[in-house]
Amino acid sequence: MQKPEPIITIEHVSHSFGDKIVLDDINLVVRKGEFVTILGPSGCGKTTLLRLIAGFQKASEGKFTLGGTDVTETPPHHRPVNTVFQKYALFPHLNVYQNIAFGLNLKKLPSADIKRKVMHVLKMVTMTDYEERDVGSLSGGQQQRVAIARAIVNEPQVLLLDEPLAALDLKMRKDMQMEIRAMHKKLGITFVYVTHDQEEALTLSDTIVVMSEGKIQQIGTPTEIYNEPANAFVADFIGESNIMNGVMIKDSLVEFADHQFECVDKGFGQNEPVDVVLRPEDIYIFELSEAAQFTGTVTSCIFKGVHYEMMVITPEGYEFLIQDYHNFEVGRTVSLLVKPNDIHVMKKERLINTFEGVVIDKTQVRFLGHTFKLDEKISVANGSKVKVAVDFNKIILQDNEEDGMIRGDVRFILYKGDHYHLTVVTKDQEHIFVDTNDVWDDGDRIGITIPPESIQIINQ
Amino acid sequence: MQRNLKSFIGLRRNWSIPYLLFLALFVLIPLGLIVYYAFTSHDGAFTLTNFRKFWMHPEAMNTFIFSIGIALITTVLCLILGYPAAYILSRMESQNAQILVLLFILPMWVNFLIRTLATVALFDFLSLPLGKGSLIFGMVYNFLPFMIYPIYNILQKTDSNLIEAAQDLGANPRQVFLKTILPLSAPGISSGIMMVFMPVISTFAIAELLTINNIKLFGTTLQENIYNGMWNYGAALSLVMLLLIGLTSLLNNEGTANDSAEGGLI
Repeated sequence: MQKPEPIITIEHVSHSFGDKIVLDDINLVVRKGEFVTILGPSGCGKTTLLRLIAGFQKASEGKFTLGGTDVTETPPHHRPVNTVFQKYALFPHLNVYQNIAFGLNLKKLPSADIKRKVMHVLKMVTMTDYEERDVGSLSGGQQQRVAIARAIVNEPQVLLLDEPLAALDLKMRKDMQMEIRAMHKKLGITFVYVTHDQEEALTLSDTIVVMSEGKIQQIGTPTEIYNEPANAFVADFIGESNIMNGVMIKDSLVEFADHQFECVDKGFGQNEPVDVVLRPEDIYIFELSEAAQFTGTVTSCIFKGVHYEMMVITPEGYEFLIQDYHNFEVGRTVSLLVKPNDIHVMKKERLINTFEGVVIDKTQVRFLGHTFKLDEKISVANGSKVKVAVDFNKIILQDNEEDGMIRGDVRFILYKGDHYHLTVVTKDQEHIFVDTNDVWDDGDRIGITIPPESIQIINQ
Repeated sequence: MQRNLKSFIGLRRNWSIPYLLFLALFVLIPLGLIVYYAFTSHDGAFTLTNFRKFWMHPEAMNTFIFSIGIALITTVLCLILGYPAAYILSRMESQNAQILVLLFILPMWVNFLIRTLATVALFDFLSLPLGKGSLIFGMVYNFLPFMIYPIYNILQKTDSNLIEAAQDLGANPRQVFLKTILPLSAPGISSGIMMVFMPVISTFAIAELLTINNIKLFGTTLQENIYNGMWNYGAALSLVMLLLIGLTSLLNNEGTANDSAEGGLI
């Protein structure tokens, strides 16, 4: 099947508020008629990206093309897109009919045409007979329908939706999801949908764009994103998963949790460190038997309606989250098995922290905005630039910000079965990756100490 | 006895009693007296002469119409000057805007008689004539902040999403203003008009000082009559004014009844 032509192209778009970079070199192509969801946690830049497409803000850098025309400099009222806002943004001084007719009135269409179109969309969002109503008297769901009607009545080339269902309750949200999907099929226009709800993204979209920290992490169909996450962030964010450190021994053989497993991945080098992702529903749990690949003890078991959710710890000290229809009570020793197809191996993005540094003298080097002492003397000229490497597990985090050499915020926490892998962001927006057994919370403000013996200088 | 007192104070609805007493003493009873005096003659007999006198008396009638005219001009000028000011303030960064709003309101902390006398001195210094012009200048100067503040207040609270929604639906900057910002700020405009029009129509001190008693406003006529012991006629005149103010508030309310009560005064 031939792919439809692109309707939106975003090239090298970056955006910052003051010093804070919210979007970092975004490249994205949306095709005609596609339902694209931009998915990410709050603060990942997804809403900013949508606002840039709508034209409410001008990107610091980069180029936007809409339907073949460069719109980088075009103000919002000349762009062939319409937006459904998160908090509806209905005009309180106008009734339902006047709200929906707002755009058509501006185009100076004959009033008979306006009436016909407004009635048509009202029918489409099942709000007939509400045209005289005050928007303030409508429920959240009804206001959302009016907001959608107000946007689609203008027959835009692209409909932008900014977390349109975030304010609705669960039941209403599910119903509206189905309606939005049906509407997309019927209208045939391109939808760009922003949400932080991964389930919503998987349900609605043709294509999901996963974003984090202002960058696109992965673009793919819901199945691709779920089954083949590009990195640990995507695996953790989409659905639930066990993410482990592993080593690719050779093609089709991976070691993690101190056991070797057959897998289907190839093309990694020999003994290459990797991240291994196991979905909780893909680990088989059963009574002790010969078929076991490895064993473990159940430490918790919660009934979740359809399935049981269990934590199992192996004798080697690795924890696994497992979902199964069968219940294994706490304290019981069980057999575990993973099929080769269900082991997802991902290349590690990095194995060690690396920073750009400047040599101060034989025993000191400056990086991350701080001067660090070294254990061994180095023989590099003062002022020369070097690469500094620090192991993930050699960095010490302290409760008290003042105790550390530098300060940072815990931004992203990944549980790796037997330890936590944290992303810490310093005041200068530098990322430090830390392995620790201590429990930290997202957003914790911490002090960071790097002991002299753990700093390695790599000559350039 | 003591327990009775305790339970009396304990009941929350009894807390309103002092206020009700205040309202009765200083609002209802005086209002009743004004109505009584307006409809009676010097010796206490019921009569409509006071109103007839106002109606037939060209001088009083002319002053009345002239006063309404001055109040209208002042209100319109305040609106023309105040709306853009409020709009600019509402678009500014909140810290700077707050300082500027404070500067606009600061003169209000000086007694208005002193302010008006200073205005007279200023006109003298610039050798400008005192008359209609100086009167309107003084009125606008005195009442402009009362127009700016309520409009600024409501503009500042306006949801920026609504402005973006209008842009999104194809409104150019002029249409955004006319179709969303202006109608959304209607309650602020309405209370601004009330807060300027009502005091201006009844003021007399500003007129006396700024025109050296050359121009008489309705408030002055009223004050003269009361001073000269013509209580019944004075009461009738103040009732006419009360009716006029009541009518404007009513019309104003009618006009913005559909809008949110936010920023509204009445």
